[in-house]
Amino acid sequence: MTDVSAGQRVVFERPQALEPVRMHYCPGCTHGLTHRIVAQMLDEFDLVEKAVGLAPVGCAVFAYDYFACDMVEAAHGRAPAVATGIKRVRPDLFVFTYQGDGDLASIGMSETIHAAARGENITVIFINNAVYGMTGGQMAPTTLPGQRTSTTPFGRDTKLAGNPIRVSELLSSLDGPAYIARVTVTNPRRIREATRAIRKAFRAQIEGLGFSLVEVLSTCPTRWGMSPGKAITWLEETMIPYYPLKEFVVAEALRESHDG
Amino acid sequence: MAIPRGKRILMRGNEAIAQAALDAGCRAFFGYPITPQNQIPDYFAAHMAEVGGVFLQAESELAAINMVYGAAAAGVRAMTASSSPGISLKQEGISYLAEAELPCVVVNIMRGGSGLGNIAPSQSDYFQAVKGGGHGDYRTLVLAGWSVQELYDLTREAFEVADRYRNPVVVLGDAMLGQMMEPVVLPEGVVDAAMLPRKPWATDGATGRKRNIINSLYIHAPDLEQVNLRMQKRYQEAAEREVRCAMESLEDADIAVIAYGTAGRIAVSAVEQARAQGIRAGLFRPITLFPFPERELAAVADRVKAFLVVELSLGQMVEDIERFVAGRRPVRFLGRTGGVLITPAEVVGAIERLAAEAKS
Repeated sequence: MTDVSAGQRVVFERPQALEPVRMHYCPGCTHGLTHRIVAQMLDEFDLVEKAVGLAPVGCAVFAYDYFACDMVEAAHGRAPAVATGIKRVRPDLFVFTYQGDGDLASIGMSETIHAAARGENITVIFINNAVYGMTGGQMAPTTLPGQRTSTTPFGRDTKLAGNPIRVSELLSSLDGPAYIARVTVTNPRRIREATRAIRKAFRAQIEGLGFSLVEVLSTCPTRWGMSPGKAITWLEETMIPYYPLKEFVVAEALRESHDG
Repeated sequence: MAIPRGKRILMRGNEAIAQAALDAGCRAFFGYPITPQNQIPDYFAAHMAEVGGVFLQAESELAAINMVYGAAAAGVRAMTASSSPGISLKQEGISYLAEAELPCVVVNIMRGGSGLGNIAPSQSDYFQAVKGGGHGDYRTLVLAGWSVQELYDLTREAFEVADRYRNPVVVLGDAMLGQMMEPVVLPEGVVDAAMLPRKPWATDGATGRKRNIINSLYIHAPDLEQVNLRMQKRYQEAAEREVRCAMESLEDADIAVIAYGTAGRIAVSAVEQARAQGIRAGLFRPITLFPFPERELAAVADRVKAFLVVELSLGQMVEDIERFVAGRRPVRFLGRTGGVLITPAEVVGAIERLAAEAKS
């Protein structure tokens, strides 16, 4: 906790659940903001001593260095299966995964869909930045039609490279999920909305309601080839029309109470 | 219904393996259907809840081994079972479990390969089991039984060995051993899973301790080298302490047949027949395939004139035997492939030819 002199009060500080280390993320990348919200929720629900986080393969591969709880590094795409193994043998633990679009919606789509269909009582934070960041900017399953990547250098031609997958909509057709929402973190209002969504996703697990997932539309200035400011604008103007921000599934128990 | 203990009962190999896991304190099983091992998940589905454990049919072999990774990370004794094509799919997860230094048990009821192959007994996964199987510089410890009783005993032991060395352990059977029924005696004593020591490295909630991280990523090359060397040291310790083999009629033998599992059962019949014909043959049967009983084999090599390696494959273990014997004695090979069994008569014929060769 921050030392506070008389007459001063703390209005903002690093969550205890976030390790005081320098992150490896690029300038203008929104991973840091989303990490912060997740850590804030770990603090808010007092979960640091009973949470196990699953780091993915991708840009967030080092997430195990940043969260102050027990962490497990999963193979590419397998985090929902690993989380299932942990949660099934230790239902008293809070288990969350943090995965990118390639990890969750390409190589790990099977694990994602089946964990959701089982109503596995885990929480998934899904970072959709429409590109493979770590490996050099290749096409992701969520890359938009016409979007340039290193493997779609002339823009994604859906006739050749197929169509993007709207993960939240896809999973919403299943009976297992208790909470599914798509949010973003491009301005303070949206950050507050994202925080509310992640809070509900945490509550879904804590209250034993089933699978919860929050899709966070995120920027990748480095691989998009844009300045951080331009990346925010591009996300707002190009991604949100294709990936609408909304709550897709909200279990009854999450609707009634005040959610801040 | 409590299973009778301390007296002979009839059990199928696959069921004995599952019961052994329960008796060893295994409290998590994740698997995906594949013949000829289906009685293993069936048995857990029926009985795991009785001991308060977790059974879950996974959506794939990949998911199953990764669920094992999660349960093992949480400090629970966990297992999966499959057969050859399914074990290929699990190799990714086994490599991660090994590098993350997580204990688990993987049962392979081998069938004919390659590809989809067939569901007949085979030993063509020897290389995959003892050489690592997946990518990287790791090994799995490999136990191979030849009877339903031995599969029970080895599966129980596998959980102890896995915890001792923090490494995946493979129990090798085949379609014959998994499907056949034999008398077994289940011991009275079973492991109380609740009494197993807590694993200080497990990710089971950082209450009253620093957080734990389970990981196979070491981006700084010298760090990864240190972990790999640590694993290698454990394999050397296992080679000192865990190797097992069985010998039949080797005291005065001129010809030593080397075979494990089902091939060992066929070979022991052939050895008896060869003895009846006046040929002094014996059987050397490795039970741990990795680490291999090299010293025991070397002692046999001092006494016999020649070796005959018998496998249900086109020759995999024989490459290791040639390496261990290192030219000191002739090593011949007899094998059938594709799920075809060798007959004792074929083995006797090979023993006769080798005996004549050794005499001349």
